[in-house]
Amino acid sequence: MTLHANLSRRWILAAGGAATLLPGAGVLAADETPVRGGTLTTIIQPEPPLLVLGLNQQAPTQTVAGKIYESLLTYDFDLQPKPSLAKSWQVSGDGLTYTFQLQDGVKWHDGAPFSAHDVVFSLKTFLMETHPRARELFGRCASIEAPDDKTVVFTLKQSFPAFLQSFEISTAPIMPAHIYEGTDYRSNPKNATPIGTGPFKFDQWEKGSYIHLVAAPDYWQKGKPYLKDIYFKVIPDAASRALALETGDVLQSQYNDIDPFDVARLTKNPTLQITKKGYEFVAPVMWIEINTRVKPLDDKRFRQAILYALDREFIRDRIWFGLGRVATGPINSVTKYYDSNVPKYPYDPAKATALLDQMGLKPDGSGVRATLKFMPLPYGETWQRLGEYVKQALGKVGVSVILESTDAAGWGRREANWDFDMTADFLYQYADPSIGVSRTYVSSNIHKGVMFSNTEGYSNPEVDTLFEQAARENDPKRRQQYYTKVQQILVEDVPVAWLLEMEFPTILNKRVHNAITTAIGVNETYADAWVDKA
Amino acid sequence: MRGYMIFVGHRLFKAVFVLAAVVVLNFMLIHAAPGDPATVMAGEAGAADPLFIAQLRHQFGIDQSLPRQLLIYLGHISHGDLGFSYRQQRPVWDLLAARLPATILLTFSAFLLALLGGVLFGTLAAINVGRLTDTAVTVLALLSYATPIFWIGLMLVLLFSVDLGWLPAFGYESVGSGFSGLTRVADIGRHMILPVTTLGLFYMAVYARLTRASILEVITLDFVKTARAKGQKEWKIVWRHVLRNALLPVITMAGIQAGQLVGGSILVETVFAWPGLGRMTFDAVLQRDYQVLLGVFFVTSVLVIGFNILTDILYSIVDPRVDIG
Repeated sequence: MTLHANLSRRWILAAGGAATLLPGAGVLAADETPVRGGTLTTIIQPEPPLLVLGLNQQAPTQTVAGKIYESLLTYDFDLQPKPSLAKSWQVSGDGLTYTFQLQDGVKWHDGAPFSAHDVVFSLKTFLMETHPRARELFGRCASIEAPDDKTVVFTLKQSFPAFLQSFEISTAPIMPAHIYEGTDYRSNPKNATPIGTGPFKFDQWEKGSYIHLVAAPDYWQKGKPYLKDIYFKVIPDAASRALALETGDVLQSQYNDIDPFDVARLTKNPTLQITKKGYEFVAPVMWIEINTRVKPLDDKRFRQAILYALDREFIRDRIWFGLGRVATGPINSVTKYYDSNVPKYPYDPAKATALLDQMGLKPDGSGVRATLKFMPLPYGETWQRLGEYVKQALGKVGVSVILESTDAAGWGRREANWDFDMTADFLYQYADPSIGVSRTYVSSNIHKGVMFSNTEGYSNPEVDTLFEQAARENDPKRRQQYYTKVQQILVEDVPVAWLLEMEFPTILNKRVHNAITTAIGVNETYADAWVDKA
Repeated sequence: MRGYMIFVGHRLFKAVFVLAAVVVLNFMLIHAAPGDPATVMAGEAGAADPLFIAQLRHQFGIDQSLPRQLLIYLGHISHGDLGFSYRQQRPVWDLLAARLPATILLTFSAFLLALLGGVLFGTLAAINVGRLTDTAVTVLALLSYATPIFWIGLMLVLLFSVDLGWLPAFGYESVGSGFSGLTRVADIGRHMILPVTTLGLFYMAVYARLTRASILEVITLDFVKTARAKGQKEWKIVWRHVLRNALLPVITMAGIQAGQLVGGSILVETVFAWPGLGRMTFDAVLQRDYQVLLGVFFVTSVLVIGFNILTDILYSIVDPRVDIG
């Protein structure tokens, strides 16, 4: 625990230090008096299909619905839990019982009172039916009960210390029982007008144009929110989004809204400020997914050669324009239980060719040792550039790469059905390795037809056992030992070729204050955010 | 008049079969693309387990056999029901109707601008053939035709919105302004200027070139010489004799384009964040939102057929030698 805490704090200090060099590091400062009645206009891209967070968890849905709905907890930049709908909580000594006390005076947007029953209904019934990650996490409970209106008690079947990281808004949004209980959730007519407990309530959705939320008058945190309303504008073109920030048409962008090559230019704009904080909870790591069933990708020397052949600093600096950190292994350095003490793969084409020679893969007449296919992630230009770079870099060590293009639907179908040699992918880590990391590497998660499972087909009994032990271990010190060991094994085996710990820029107009205050960044409720008068 | 009635009736009869073929063919084509809406939604949600995908497939009705899905769809469409978008949780017709006003406003304004401007500039170029006006029109037309449409759009935004600050850069109207009545109309008008110009320029170039070429061909014909010999004024000759005869290819082109107007323009709608049908269709392709796609295709087919009939009637009005019987 201490090891990880030091490491993660160091990272965060480093990140914070970098931010102060940039204009307008006052994003997070809370020392000024908030201005009331401001309007925040921001970008929403792509347009979400619906806003009921319990039914749809796409990134843009989270950003909008995170203002409408609330969960029991939120998390600070160090991933420590903070109160949201829960005002306090206790964990029993054996790590099996979690007791939460709920906030007072909470009302749903339609005026109905909120109670512990809503929490039990959401986590035990609603999300169990609709939400894959919640199903996995709350399926670990032997019981979820409400002894009174203000208390919820979770009893686990087995200890699972990451349980306290399971109450973030995208995993465990609390849904209104009085609207959904006993209905078909997906066809409930109220889905068009979501009802939550959050500081903003749904007002209007002009499809293709904008979503409008207004301050909820009876919000349980008295005197908040400071904003009068929020407009989420749909702007489908990346260049237009950058222009919209420059003209002040919108005051905020997040995630991939702005193409990496535009970020540097916008950073120089005196009206804008940029922060990379607020993504610590999701902390995605990007990698080249390797189908280990395909020869010669089944040989770990070949996979190691791929890592040596790629200049990952080049990928960060020239393709992602400086956004991101070179990944050392499966766990993001801001996620819990990261350990940097693992084998390293510096850019070294000579070592790559030596490994290929050792495998007996000699170059043929035209210098080709092996031919493989690479399917770039169909998420825009940057990922296409990555594909082109991989082709070029592997070509230099004699691995000929054929690029295959797909669209999102085709990519999903092929990745899920193991119909690829190599592809690019990134997964969120959700604060704890037992939630967001182990799923990629444990053999129990090899499921044909399911995206983002262990699609590379890596199977190592020792890794399975270590992840299993670590997930159950209550003692943080022993837990760290398990995770250190598993990181070392995985980095040696290279089941996927880790490229970058991804960073996203949140670009804000300097008129916006107190927006990014927690590890969930733009998905936070924005009860504390405010905007200067124009 | 009776001739027209028989003609239209005949064409409508044929249209039913064309439409049925279009629907079946589109259905097959769409389902031939890899992946389905459940895969897309699971991918976007980032988390997926077998149960989640199975639930979505069941909800979308794509767990049934393809012929059965087709039969169900044909059944719906024969009742004028375009189906339900499970992704967007709304009936397809509602989705189309919500986007239609903005689409029509953009495309028809651009269409009118292009047609009037194109014919005007094309005529000017033709009667001044070889002179400065002709060269200027030809070069400008070539430029607008050859420059990528999204680039023109972005450059116009840079100049008129970012640098000069005269016109709004995006959207259909000022969001949250609370305008109503004439102020709102004026506001929408201001938002229309850039996208309509961008989209109109491209087609204007097409019409200008078409008109110019066609006039140059007609202007040398004997009846024009006769008109000149009669001593008619030049503008009268161009208006009454030349243009009417030269317009047929322009009408053909306009007829084809008019049928596609309702489909919107993906590029212009994307650059200007215009809430039109083109973008919705494009998104629907990527999201494999089958029902929405089929709905858009169906409505577009109906309009193309309608405009084809209209074009044929127009021929005979503009040039009575064309017999539609």
